[in-house]
Amino acid sequence: MTTPLTRPSKKDPQKRTLVPVLPPVARSRAALGLGVMAAQGRFGLQVCKDCQAIQYPPRDACLKCLSADLVWQDVASEGTIMAETTIRVSPEPYFRERMPWRMGAVQLAAGPTVNCHLHGEVGRGDTVRMALKLDKAGQGVLIALPLKGSDLMQDDLVLRAMSSDPKHRRVLISDARSPVALALTQALLKAGAAHVFLGEPEAWLAWPERAAFEGLVNVSILPLDVTDASSVTKLAAEIGGKVDILINTASYVRPGGIMGNDTNFATKSFEVNTIGLMRLAQGFAPGMTGRAQDDTNSAVAFVNILSVRALSPDANYGAFGASQAAAHSISQSLRAEFRTSGLRMMNVYIGPIEGDAWFQPLPPPKVTPNAIARTLVSALVDGLEEATCGDIARDVYARWRADALLLEREMTGGGS
Amino acid sequence: MNRLPYDGVVLVAPVSVPYVRYTNETAHWWIARALREVLKIIEMAPQDLDGLSVSSFTLAPDTPVGLTQHLGISPRWLDTVPMGGASGVAAMRRAARAVQCGDVDVVACVAGDTNRIDSFRNLLSAFSRFSMDATFPYGFGGPNASFALLQDAYTHKYGATREDFGRIAVSQRANALMNPQAIMKKPLSLEQYMEGRMISDPISLFDCVMPCAGSEAFVLMHEDMAVAKGLPFARISATIERTNAFPDDPMQLRGGWAVDIDELWNMAGHGPSDIDVLQTYDDYPVICMMQFEDLGFCAKGEGPEFVRRHDLTIGGDFPHNTSGGQLSVGQAGAAGGYLGLVEAIRQVTQTAGPTQVEGAKRAVVSGFGVINYDRGLCSGAAIIEGAG
Repeated sequence: MTTPLTRPSKKDPQKRTLVPVLPPVARSRAALGLGVMAAQGRFGLQVCKDCQAIQYPPRDACLKCLSADLVWQDVASEGTIMAETTIRVSPEPYFRERMPWRMGAVQLAAGPTVNCHLHGEVGRGDTVRMALKLDKAGQGVLIALPLKGSDLMQDDLVLRAMSSDPKHRRVLISDARSPVALALTQALLKAGAAHVFLGEPEAWLAWPERAAFEGLVNVSILPLDVTDASSVTKLAAEIGGKVDILINTASYVRPGGIMGNDTNFATKSFEVNTIGLMRLAQGFAPGMTGRAQDDTNSAVAFVNILSVRALSPDANYGAFGASQAAAHSISQSLRAEFRTSGLRMMNVYIGPIEGDAWFQPLPPPKVTPNAIARTLVSALVDGLEEATCGDIARDVYARWRADALLLEREMTGGGS
Repeated sequence: MNRLPYDGVVLVAPVSVPYVRYTNETAHWWIARALREVLKIIEMAPQDLDGLSVSSFTLAPDTPVGLTQHLGISPRWLDTVPMGGASGVAAMRRAARAVQCGDVDVVACVAGDTNRIDSFRNLLSAFSRFSMDATFPYGFGGPNASFALLQDAYTHKYGATREDFGRIAVSQRANALMNPQAIMKKPLSLEQYMEGRMISDPISLFDCVMPCAGSEAFVLMHEDMAVAKGLPFARISATIERTNAFPDDPMQLRGGWAVDIDELWNMAGHGPSDIDVLQTYDDYPVICMMQFEDLGFCAKGEGPEFVRRHDLTIGGDFPHNTSGGQLSVGQAGAAGGYLGLVEAIRQVTQTAGPTQVEGAKRAVVSGFGVINYDRGLCSGAAIIEGAG
């Protein structure tokens, strides 16, 4: 059984905030593939294209036939724990602060034996489900999980350090007016979030959906306009020290291509979708990176909700697509800047939202706010860096990964 | 195919430079000290040395090539053996053939490493690509954790107890008390072993070697040269070596010796019962136990029973790791792969002094090294005999 996490008490500002130290960061180029899999929540290893031998540790030539044609693909995640140890002495500062540390050797049903972290509910002889997770260094690592865990299995400290679980954490949603804000708030509270702050731009403009937030316990609506640097600074000064997860929902959409469109719309798209993200990061991320090693309610994730058109534009939404592509680029830069702290940058790619008037003429399938909320919260629990929600986003993301140039041709009408 | 015997080539000049826990001196310094000692014994000027074999983890950025210029020697035959704990046997068998065939007349084999504060962590961090990718991110327990997994699997498969491993450590400490150069000088009882704190369960404090600095060396030369110089010498009767044996075993419960063991005894022309002293590679007791089995001193899985039935001390019925081994002398990097061989040469040439096993003629030396990922990849073994 896992010991339940208790709700943390208030932080003592006179005590030293622990400086984030990371588990070992160095990896070979081939081993980076583990992180690519982990970031998407997949369990995959290198498989030889010529003889189908499954490889581990990651390498550059097949251990059976010397072929250099090794491809990463999903493999069966079941395994058996052959041996285990509890490490009580380590020269590495990250683990020293967390002793003792359990690890084991698991023989995968797929073949190889792997060294891995052990969840507290598994031990020698157990059949386990292996998962690839991102550790605090942002690298993909293996953990053996129970086939059927207890209700508290997410409270396991080793697993929690690889997750961005909202339980006991405080979340800021940057734009309460977003069509997903209410569903997201409810999903986060259900997942155990301690408090949800929502930013409200242009508070003087009435909006009927506001009523649904009023009276919710542990929910506060506060003024925040991502197009206004001083507004971001002001809110950061007020609550920046207790934002553990930031979810950027601010979005500005206007249809239209490039040649005939109003550049004022384009400017506004960039102000909100792109520079708005940068302002949020400037206001909140430095504090979050500094608190990445606080205990139960450490700062864990900065989440950007992106249209999947960030990856490959829909010509009917040209300026919007450009602002999303730029925001995607900022996300990637932030991810690199966060690496030394352990703070995670998560991109959630979505398709057109059901009920969003600016996507009204588009045909289904569209994605509902509830589906986005569900996907986003479970991606936080799973500790992902990349998540897609809805059929369109999933489809475009997969095609973009497979062949971005082919996707561009398909988007312009070919391929029927 | 029958292998050629090692006729006409002999082992002389066993040298152990006393170890220290930490030092600021470099690997170059430690290697130079051992080399100077062996050259003094064989009465040769450095400039006249024509063969050199080097094993070291901490020479960087130099290689043994740079070392020749550093030390002012100009060998016509240079080797480097990166096989960790199997380096001694591997260096010896390569050099022996080179001397035997006349490519070179004298080879000094040297292993040495430094140990600065924090250098063990740095050495581990850059030890191998697979360990960087696939073991250190999991708690960074180093070799302690790798051997803990191995011992855990072994214990549950063959019913060993902690006392069984303790018997090996305790008897080696008793041996070390006779060795003035051993770092561990306090007596160790089985009770104290059992009370040792856990380091990486089931590996406890007295299962672990102490990383330190030091060097070891010996020399191969033509037999007539040794006779002319009046040097006590040992002959090589058989050797084996293997790298990456049994890659499909899910856990390492046997080492590469198990592949080649028949060849070793066939080449020697006798069996385990004719052996007077055994020097195994002992970075952890569990690996000694595995060597007892894989070298043929007992059957697989009977290691625990074997250590219960035998006295492993210098005066016992099965003298093992007579210098105290790495467990009590310390582990000086690659020199750990030489320690057993250098002590074995002393034993069979009756020059071991206080650790001498009375009348020791034949010794088995085995090596084991390089935990590249989840197991030791290198294994080697040799049988040597005193000439007298």
